[in-house]
Amino acid sequence: MNLDIWMRENTLAYVWLGSYAVAMLIFAIEIAMVMHKRKITLQQVRLLRNAGDGE
Amino acid sequence: MTINWFKYSAPTTFYGLAGKLIPWFAVSAAILFAAGLYIGFYVAPVDAQQGEFYRIIFIHVPASILSMFLYLIMAGYAALGLIFKTRLSSMMASAIAPTGALFALISLWTGALWGKPMWGAWWLWDARMTSELILLFLYLGFIALHASIDDPRRADRAAALLAIVGSVNVPIIYFSVKWWNTLHQGSTIKFTGTSMHVAMQQAMFTMLVACWLYAIAVVLARVRSIILERERNTTWIAELPEVKQ
Repeated sequence: MNLDIWMRENTLAYVWLGSYAVAMLIFAIEIAMVMHKRKITLQQVRLLRNAGDGE
Repeated sequence: MTINWFKYSAPTTFYGLAGKLIPWFAVSAAILFAAGLYIGFYVAPVDAQQGEFYRIIFIHVPASILSMFLYLIMAGYAALGLIFKTRLSSMMASAIAPTGALFALISLWTGALWGKPMWGAWWLWDARMTSELILLFLYLGFIALHASIDDPRRADRAAALLAIVGSVNVPIIYFSVKWWNTLHQGSTIKFTGTSMHVAMQQAMFTMLVACWLYAIAVVLARVRSIILERERNTTWIAELPEVKQ
């Protein structure tokens, strides 16, 4: 009930925070995950290469 | 001069091309997101019936369109991988799935946020909403199935079958508002024209292009990691400057 009143009194804040901020957060998390995956994969490949060189 | 397009269907050549394209797509997406939000919030007028609440559509509609198109593209790549056994196609399908799932999630989330003030409910078992939820489950099913099989080739084949069968859901989502008497409204923008204000159209189109560019950038970045992972035992990966560091 309180949320109903708040959303009608602060429509733009509701739209911004509820949809755009959440969407941007999801995009940011996805970008961070992609960058982390790249970092981890590169580390693994380098380790594999170094192990191959050492043999 | 003829361009050999098949050259870029090999992971070896595609890896470098994707690396060069990512910054262009990412920067363009950021600029268009800023422009789309500016038009959507400062230029587009208030809706006569829905007031400010309607502004959710500038993210809701592009996210919904992307979730459907990305699924079809994913299923297309999966089918290519299944039929022609092209390595890159299966990798592309795997790279698209998480982004498609996130767009489906954004579509459902923003739809619920719009539904509460307009319909008085966060969720209803409406045909459009239910079929979009099924789409999210199909994406999650694809990701889970692929991750559950150790052998990547077998995982590609199993997940491809799921993607192809699941693609029947996309026309159901699109036509659900025509086939059934749904609460969800029909398409506002049609081939015959639209009653939308021009600034609203501009905001929606700009956000749609921004979402496309973002999706392409993220998918290309993800597929580069998948290529690195799957081709890690090859000589060309060992010779890459970023691996030699």
